[in-house]
Amino acid sequence: MEELLNTTAGDVTQLKYALDTFYFLVCGALVMWMAAGFSMLEAGLVRSKNTTEILTKNIALFAISCIMYFVSGYAIMYGGDYFLTSITGDGVADEWTYAPSADFFFQVVFVATAMSIVSGAVAERMKLWAFLAFAVVMTGFIYPMEGSWTWGGNAVFGMYTLGDLGFSDFAGSGIVHMSGAAAALAGVLLLGARKGKYGKNGQINAIPGANLPLATLGTFILWMGWFGFNGGSVLATSDVENSNAVAVVFMNTNAAAAGGVVAALITARLLFGKADLTMALNGALAGLVAITAEPSTPSALQAHIFGAIGGVLVVFSILTLDKLKIDDPVGAISVHGVVGLLGLLLVPVTNDGSTFSGQIIGALTIFVWVFVVSLVVWGIIKAVMGIRVTEEEEYEGVDISECGMEAYPEFVTSRK
Amino acid sequence: MKLVSAVIKPFKLDDVREALSEIGVQGITVTEVKGFGRQKGHTELYRGAEYVVDFLPKVRLDAAVSDEIVDQVIEAITNAAQTGKIGDGKIFVSALEQVVRIRTGETGDEAL
Repeated sequence: MEELLNTTAGDVTQLKYALDTFYFLVCGALVMWMAAGFSMLEAGLVRSKNTTEILTKNIALFAISCIMYFVSGYAIMYGGDYFLTSITGDGVADEWTYAPSADFFFQVVFVATAMSIVSGAVAERMKLWAFLAFAVVMTGFIYPMEGSWTWGGNAVFGMYTLGDLGFSDFAGSGIVHMSGAAAALAGVLLLGARKGKYGKNGQINAIPGANLPLATLGTFILWMGWFGFNGGSVLATSDVENSNAVAVVFMNTNAAAAGGVVAALITARLLFGKADLTMALNGALAGLVAITAEPSTPSALQAHIFGAIGGVLVVFSILTLDKLKIDDPVGAISVHGVVGLLGLLLVPVTNDGSTFSGQIIGALTIFVWVFVVSLVVWGIIKAVMGIRVTEEEEYEGVDISECGMEAYPEFVTSRK
Repeated sequence: MKLVSAVIKPFKLDDVREALSEIGVQGITVTEVKGFGRQKGHTELYRGAEYVVDFLPKVRLDAAVSDEIVDQVIEAITNAAQTGKIGDGKIFVSALEQVVRIRTGETGDEAL
């Protein structure tokens, strides 16, 4: 070994290790930045009286996700011991091609992404601490379990192994996005719609978001972070093959987002007669979610088309959920759930290694697990502490009732 | 003395201010207000659902003026603020009992 490291080949190996580790870390940091994107998107699409609370929720859920994934999540998903006690600083001895702690860092920001999806859907009426209690279970147990069946490669309760059935989810259309949406859907069903969203005669009332510049900024941040999300999921960049793959993934990720925006914008224009910005924003994210399950094998043209299909689908999905009185202020269930499923189903179109049956079984496995367990957990939290603020608190805004603080205070004087 | 309160279209404020300066009005107070008249509101669209904006943004300006120029003031505001389209606003004139300039203590017409 000593001799080997002294040779040129040994130097190259070290350099590859360093480069892949560095690439992994930078991509992880980009994905971490998506937390800022979700925060801004959600802060923009809620009313100003609920801004402080949604921001508190976003930064707290990120921290909780990091802690719970360190406590139990990573161990459940990829093996090893709780509290990361078995993670070593040096991966060379165990034949890793990058530092093990870089792997943890990259994985932990994904679980935070899944949890961020939930917060937008339940916005403006859920109790802060009920949400945070759910975040503990989601990021420490629910997500890591389905993660262990997919990326972790374990059999589902010892019954079947998804990888053997031809299931493939490159960066997590299903594993991250659809699972977040499944947890969100369970929460929304138990929580109910915001007061005034649906009228007595079935009419759907608009509750316009307070700050569309913030929502747009958030979408751009997510778009940028997605290069880390999908690009980093190649897991390496230190040779020609991998760096080619990384470049294709970046290109296709961007292409799908562009296709999603244009398709959603045109769909909204045709349906409503106006260019709805919020639909265009959702369209960008839908395009991104649609390509996430397989950004490396489609051609650039296919990536645009897949994104565009996501963009059209998300508009109809948002309208359909509203007709079903499933109130999702930011469209998270449509963007991440419905289009997440689409992303999974598009994989076999370009990737010979996957099958439609495998994708469907995988999607069902993820959805049923996350939805059912989430429903139980939300139910327990509801019974123990309640999940919804009172009607009066909802009217006043959860900023005051949950955080005691307004986002935009006016006419304030300090008294001792 | 009269208090002239005019509710006008916001984009006409500069024209009205200029017109009032020309006839010697020394000061006005401006407030951003919302309201409706015959124009009613209008509908907007958010994620496919229409909603009605009942109260439209307007600017209200208040000017305390002497009895001699009140007709000129009304005429100036009317000419400057008029577009001929619905929603041009209204002018309210009421009697003003007393005016005091805080700095000097002057009262009445002196204080205008």
